[in-house]
Amino acid sequence: MRVLLRNPRRELDLAGPVTVTGLLNQLELNRESVLVVRDDTLVPGDALLNDDDVVEIRPVISGGVA
Amino acid sequence: MKCTVCRGPAIIDLRRHNANFCGDHFLKFCRDQVAKAISQHDMIAPGQRVLVAVSGGKDSLALWDLLVELGYDVEGMTIGLGIGDYSDASTAASVAFAESRGLPLRRIDLRGDYGYDIPTAAAVTRRVPCSSCGTSKRHLIDSAALDGGFDVVATGHNLDDEAAVLLGNVLHWHTAYLGRQAPVLPGRDGFPRKVKPLVRLSERETAAYCVVRGIDYIVDECPMAEGNRHLRYKEALNSIEAASPGTKHAFYFEFLDKAADRFRPEAAEAQEGLRPCATCGSPTTADVCAFCRLVDRVSDADPVPVELLRAGRGRGGNASNRNKNRTKVNR
Repeated sequence: MRVLLRNPRRELDLAGPVTVTGLLNQLELNRESVLVVRDDTLVPGDALLNDDDVVEIRPVISGGVA
Repeated sequence: MKCTVCRGPAIIDLRRHNANFCGDHFLKFCRDQVAKAISQHDMIAPGQRVLVAVSGGKDSLALWDLLVELGYDVEGMTIGLGIGDYSDASTAASVAFAESRGLPLRRIDLRGDYGYDIPTAAAVTRRVPCSSCGTSKRHLIDSAALDGGFDVVATGHNLDDEAAVLLGNVLHWHTAYLGRQAPVLPGRDGFPRKVKPLVRLSERETAAYCVVRGIDYIVDECPMAEGNRHLRYKEALNSIEAASPGTKHAFYFEFLDKAADRFRPEAAEAQEGLRPCATCGSPTTADVCAFCRLVDRVSDADPVPVELLRAGRGRGGNASNRNKNRTKVNR
């Protein structure tokens, strides 16, 4: 599964299947500060992500770069 | 996960509201929250003309879209700040949104209209760029609103913004600022009425609104704002929010209800002695206002490209101080 991250832009290759919540926990990302987007649509916490998925983890916090 | 309203497949979970929503009901939720904020705080009366400050980011474009959806008479205004590719892309996003919706958009360009830009101002004044940026934007939007006969200025400040500002003001006990922090700033001599219709929505919700509505906004952050304090306050609050959903809302709205009035006297005192700027007529406690002083100092200075100004420089500090003071951020 390809995972696209921003600020700075980078890509990770991770194994599915994993839930969205599971992925955020794995990457130690706070669920309050990101949206997860697959095929231009939001996916909620319990959605299952598979090996062939491409997801973007989009930061939502404005005011600077971490 | 099913939509709380219609039991269809949910695309977003809002733990702080104990609710999940499908796309359509999430959009309705956002509209309802904005309508509630406008109503509860008497932000905009029917028939009033609204000038919305637009940056090309998620909040200002979501705000503009929501105000139009709710039937208000809205015009947008955007300012070209001259922060390299970031500003070019931001303006492009604002223009594209306006054109796609057939909405009127006023444009100011700092370099073209005033002979300076934010990176150059930061370098010349040797202060953080956010200082000249904020001064410029506030002055230019206020002036445009007053000159254009608008009844109210709307900005895209959201719940996360207000809670982070509140946290900073409380940590340092800036009592005069605490007395002035509110979803509505009433108009008075030389100041237009200013409102924040997005205050009931979190940043995650405004971002989600744009994704669901198909609004293309600038995701990348301002390159000059890296590692700033405001961002650290937001991260701290989100750590607490993750463990206790609803904390940000309680912090801000209970402050308004139970504590804000206690700081009004200090706020009023800090605003005594305002008079018209000798150059432009805007209210100021000095002879010439901060904006006119800034323009006088930096216009026609040799332009400094943003690429030459990394975070830490132009802040009056140096690189070694920058690294020492940065808090480790949990990615």
